[in-house]
Amino acid sequence: MPRATFIDHAGESRTVEGAEGENLMRVAVLNDVPGIDADCGGECACATCHVFVDDAWLDKCGEPTELETSMLSFAATAQPNSRLACQIILTSALDGIVVETPVAQH
Amino acid sequence: MDPFHNPFIAEHAERARTIPLEEFSPANPKYMEMDVWRPYFSRLREEAPLHYCEDRIIGPYWSLTRYKDIMATEVNTKVFSSSSTFGGITLMDQREELPMFIAMDQPKHDEQRKVVQPIVSPQNLENMEKLIRQRTQRVLDALPRNETFNWVEKVSIDLTNMMLATLFDFPFDDRALLTYWSDSATANTLGGGHVDSEETRERILAECLAYFTRLWNERVNAEPGSDLVSMLAHGPATRNMSPREYLGNLVLLIVGGNDTTRNSMTGGVCFLNQNPDEYARLRANPALVEPMVSEIIRYQTPLAYMRRTALEDFEMHGQTIRKGDKLAMWYVSGNRDSAAIDNPDQFIIDRARPRQHLSFGFGIHRCVGNRLAELQLRILWEEILQRFSKVEVVGPPKRVFSAFIRGYTELPVRVIP
Repeated sequence: MPRATFIDHAGESRTVEGAEGENLMRVAVLNDVPGIDADCGGECACATCHVFVDDAWLDKCGEPTELETSMLSFAATAQPNSRLACQIILTSALDGIVVETPVAQH
Repeated sequence: MDPFHNPFIAEHAERARTIPLEEFSPANPKYMEMDVWRPYFSRLREEAPLHYCEDRIIGPYWSLTRYKDIMATEVNTKVFSSSSTFGGITLMDQREELPMFIAMDQPKHDEQRKVVQPIVSPQNLENMEKLIRQRTQRVLDALPRNETFNWVEKVSIDLTNMMLATLFDFPFDDRALLTYWSDSATANTLGGGHVDSEETRERILAECLAYFTRLWNERVNAEPGSDLVSMLAHGPATRNMSPREYLGNLVLLIVGGNDTTRNSMTGGVCFLNQNPDEYARLRANPALVEPMVSEIIRYQTPLAYMRRTALEDFEMHGQTIRKGDKLAMWYVSGNRDSAAIDNPDQFIIDRARPRQHLSFGFGIHRCVGNRLAELQLRILWEEILQRFSKVEVVGPPKRVFSAFIRGYTELPVRVIP
């Protein structure tokens, strides 16, 4: 199964496995990774599964939809490498992906 | 006697079961005032998840009552508009348009929302926590002991208008005006209160605008500050607003920061009294305050619905919502949908994913102050638990006559040390 690493705002790193085809938000929640609030449950409707994608992985995640871009624009501390974890689908191409969670979600 | 005994509920449960659905208008404010809404909405979810009715006061409108349908509609802003040009976010069409960013579509909505958003940045919330706690302690310490008082007035209103005064940097001694304007903006004119007509409402709101125009004029010529008035006066997307639009945004921020939190502060006392086992579990484990706060907000649902207007024909549940039709997304019903939430009619203070509720809305219009509201409620309950073994409800609550605001005007309580 592909693996994903979440680094929290204090620098602590957690690597977990997720089923292929599962979104990154669910992978975090199912593994009790802190720093992912996910209020809306994966509908791209709340921007509380905001992550910063490591530059090496950003392009491989594909382009965000218009809705995701809108939601991200309301997230505190959004940056060019910001994404919503619920919109990133874990595939073998993303095996090893590294993301950071923002201080606002802790 | 049980202060929560409702003599009307049996009769309404029967009526809800038998009334022909085309004759039923869920937006009748009486159902909320009498607290008999539950069986009606449960039938709509079951039998008519997209329901149409012609109300003789608000005209024809659709109702959505299931969690999933509401979520899908929230994110479909291309089809479902919030714009005040078409009537905005409440079912009653206004005589004079009142623009505010919650009642705008993209891109203008986004631009104006971003002007005020920094007021609730994580950093700002952290900075405000100490002040909120000190005030909460003061309010609770000053409560009368061994005597019945109105929790709404002495706690919920006082705490929320102090918070609001701080956010606006509003003259502190005048802060009761904020509550007055908030109540005036949302009052149902048929409710028998001080706002008996739209003319009265407009007159009161004109006073609000005049007061805030003085604050604007002071601050527009000063260095940009961190209060909401200064933010609006200096923000690129708001500094050239018309006075009417300034008023609209003020009403939005005043109601949004006031009514909702106030009614959740009162609701929590009600729910814990109705669920003594949950109250006991909370006392035994104060760490449960955090998930409980979200549960209170779900269970209260201080805004019962938001309205949208269709920009084009849209098919749902085998029916066609026509371009121009209005639609209510009933958060209060979606929050009781067992397809989305386990045992939704139970008040459970430690739910697994307590923030999955509709009370803040979702999508681009999701409540900008949601984390501040949670912070205020968390501090209130932490401080209550420090002081009182119980806040005891000793008389029946009085509820607001409104289909939109789900709130209380009175809750007689005693605090027990």
